[in-house]
Amino acid sequence: MFAYYFQLGLRSLRRNPILTALMVMAIGFGVAASMTTYAVFRATSNNPIPEKSSQLFAVQIDNWGPEDTKNGEPSSSLSYTDVIGLMAAHKARRQTAMYPVGPSVIPADAHLLPFNVNSYAVYGDAFPMFDIPFLYGSGWGAAEDDGHAAVVVIARAINDKLFNGANSVGREINIDGRNYRITGVMDSWNPQPLFFDPVNTSGFDDPVDLFIPFTRAIELKMGTAGNNNCNKNSGDGWDAWLHSECIWAQYWVEASSKADADAYLRSLQGYAAEQQRAGRFRWPPNVRLRNVQEWLEFQKVVPPESKISLLVALAFLLICLVNTVGLLLAKFMRRAAEIGVRRALGASRREIYGQFLIEAGTVGLAGGLLGLLLTGLGVVGVSWVFDPKVARLATLDASLVALTLLVAVLATVMAAFYPTWRAAQVQPAWQLKSN
Amino acid sequence: MDILPIFSALRRHKITALLVILEVALTCAIVCNAVFLITQRIDRIHMLSGVAEHELIDIQISPISATTDSVPRMNEDLAALRQIPGVTAVASSNQLPLGGSSWNAGIKIARDQKESTLNATTYYGENMLETLGTQLVAGRSLLHDDFYDFDAVVKAGSTSDTKNMPKVAVVTQAMADRLWPGVSPLGKELFMGDNIPITVVGVVAHLVRPSFSDNAVAEYSMAFPIRMAAGRYVIRTAPENRERVLAAALAKLKQLDPKRVVLKKQTWDQVREKFFQNDRAMAGLLLGVCVALLVVTALGIVGLGSFWVAQRRRQIGVRRALGATRRHILRYFQTENFLLATIGIVLGMAMAYGVNLLLMVHYELPRLPMMYLPMGAVVLWLIGQAAVLGPALRAAAVPPVVATRSV
Repeated sequence: MFAYYFQLGLRSLRRNPILTALMVMAIGFGVAASMTTYAVFRATSNNPIPEKSSQLFAVQIDNWGPEDTKNGEPSSSLSYTDVIGLMAAHKARRQTAMYPVGPSVIPADAHLLPFNVNSYAVYGDAFPMFDIPFLYGSGWGAAEDDGHAAVVVIARAINDKLFNGANSVGREINIDGRNYRITGVMDSWNPQPLFFDPVNTSGFDDPVDLFIPFTRAIELKMGTAGNNNCNKNSGDGWDAWLHSECIWAQYWVEASSKADADAYLRSLQGYAAEQQRAGRFRWPPNVRLRNVQEWLEFQKVVPPESKISLLVALAFLLICLVNTVGLLLAKFMRRAAEIGVRRALGASRREIYGQFLIEAGTVGLAGGLLGLLLTGLGVVGVSWVFDPKVARLATLDASLVALTLLVAVLATVMAAFYPTWRAAQVQPAWQLKSN
Repeated sequence: MDILPIFSALRRHKITALLVILEVALTCAIVCNAVFLITQRIDRIHMLSGVAEHELIDIQISPISATTDSVPRMNEDLAALRQIPGVTAVASSNQLPLGGSSWNAGIKIARDQKESTLNATTYYGENMLETLGTQLVAGRSLLHDDFYDFDAVVKAGSTSDTKNMPKVAVVTQAMADRLWPGVSPLGKELFMGDNIPITVVGVVAHLVRPSFSDNAVAEYSMAFPIRMAAGRYVIRTAPENRERVLAAALAKLKQLDPKRVVLKKQTWDQVREKFFQNDRAMAGLLLGVCVALLVVTALGIVGLGSFWVAQRRRQIGVRRALGATRRHILRYFQTENFLLATIGIVLGMAMAYGVNLLLMVHYELPRLPMMYLPMGAVVLWLIGQAAVLGPALRAAAVPPVVATRSV
């Protein structure tokens, strides 16, 4: 019966071509607008590290006090004093301090020009913490961290550029005029949003090119390539800056369970209390521990544009559906006579429901196919107008295709409830008489 | 025109009438708000920058390693850049209007004031205001003797040695108006961080910040007499010379030190375009949705109108047979649409207001100006009338003879 009704539905698409075309267009445009904006929204509100997002935590410590903080919320970055203090305490399963650096790589091949790389200074724990995949080799260990070793982990793209993709583990690379030994080559690793550093990137940026040890970067006096905020003059020179209350570093910890996270939060409060006792903080402990999703939410990584356009598009879909209700009503009621005949010949109301809902589903499917085409165009168009760093994340993948068709069919079937009910109410006797 | 029969006819078709009303109302609510959002974005895109828009080039370089002789090397670079034919001015700055990352400071207007009055961005660099092409409206610009080297200032700051600290600044009109409303800012003192007074010696008409989200604070900028080798050069030249000068400048810099990496090379027009990219995208997207909405609404009215006419063919025939002219029939459907649209618009205005309240709470948007509502009403009335014209004409064409058939 389903196949027969579906066939009838297809045939009826051709019966009132203008009315049908109007409906298909309304559904197509409505679905395409919502799906295109949804693709952008989905990309920006994506969970960048789903397996571990509830186990990784960003740390905040208020080292400025109530006078210089907004609404009592500690700043998003930490001072060197605090990240080093926390590293020394080593209270979590894994932990890393980190900050962005912007060194230049000087290729051995004299024909190639030096180029700037997007880099972070981290501790060795960062690699297992962030689930960074390796093509060759691995990250470095605690020994290298402690020894301020000149080691480096490079991205696949850099490896391709400098070593033509060969296994370069153990070879050397010149960074800012100094040689570093490569311990590992990352496979493609580009979580979006860049959960570990929304503070300096607003969440969307190019993938990381290389990692060097935090301790090494500090020894070489590499300044941050990101934001540096000070509440008072830091004084003269590198050491004064390093030990000032200027904030420019991030701190991440891994805790495998809720209990571990709570324990870490307590140790964090303990640390701040200790600083208060020592006279460094003249205020009670004010710390935060946020997991990846909470952190991204707090950093407002989803652009407001993305939310507003999604809302507008959903409202648009709603109007298209109201429109569809009207048009379906028109389409169904024109066939009152036909319904009357069917009913007189013994079809139950139930069968009328079945027939017309399936017919509506057919219209929805046609609208969905048009919507799919328009969503494809929309996704291309988005990458044309939106911030390219965000737009390139919006893609038409299998799940979006399925969702587009599903939304189109479901929405149309829902819109068809009232018109179908009206159709089923047709009185056979009345229709037969008036003809 | 008799309205009562229309009402009694509509009462027989409550749902269909309700659908038209709902559609018009939703469209009205969304289009009013969307157009408001669009004009806001457009205002932002066309914001005054205060600089010589089409004449600036921005080059950012990074030294391979930190050098101690950075200021002499910067002066060497600047001298070389100045010699390029067509270059009218060159400056080394810490930041660029609409350039993204910025240097900011809390500004206080009294000694020992606890909280800053406002947060302003600070432009460094000798000759920076002249190179940018800002317009001085009062006082004087920063002079050579006002300037101090960045490193010396930092050193002086750590030892509270006031002799080597900048003593003057130039502020924008917007910032002066906020700090000292209705009073001439010339000679007034402001404080940044430490309690060292800085005297305002000049006011420029406009100068936008490197980055901001709230338009109200977009022009809280000041120029501060600090010389800094941050590796960012701003070059001014005639618009038609920009490409040539940019290429020549890069060649010059490379020649002076081949080991340097060029991080950015762009005209200021490109900087501006990039800065407002999201706003443009958003405006375009909303405009597209608005047009699509109006089209869909119009199509919906056409569809329902045709259905209605088809349903009432016989009644129309009867009316015609009883003496109604074609004009009467046409008017009937037009009036009916006008009534439905009006109810929809009234409802839509209330909804537009509600949506606006929601956006105000969640997205910090301003209140919807009242003038959008009548404009939205007129647009929807016109669209309704245009959409119903086709079906109404078809209704008017129904011959009276229909009344005699099929009864």
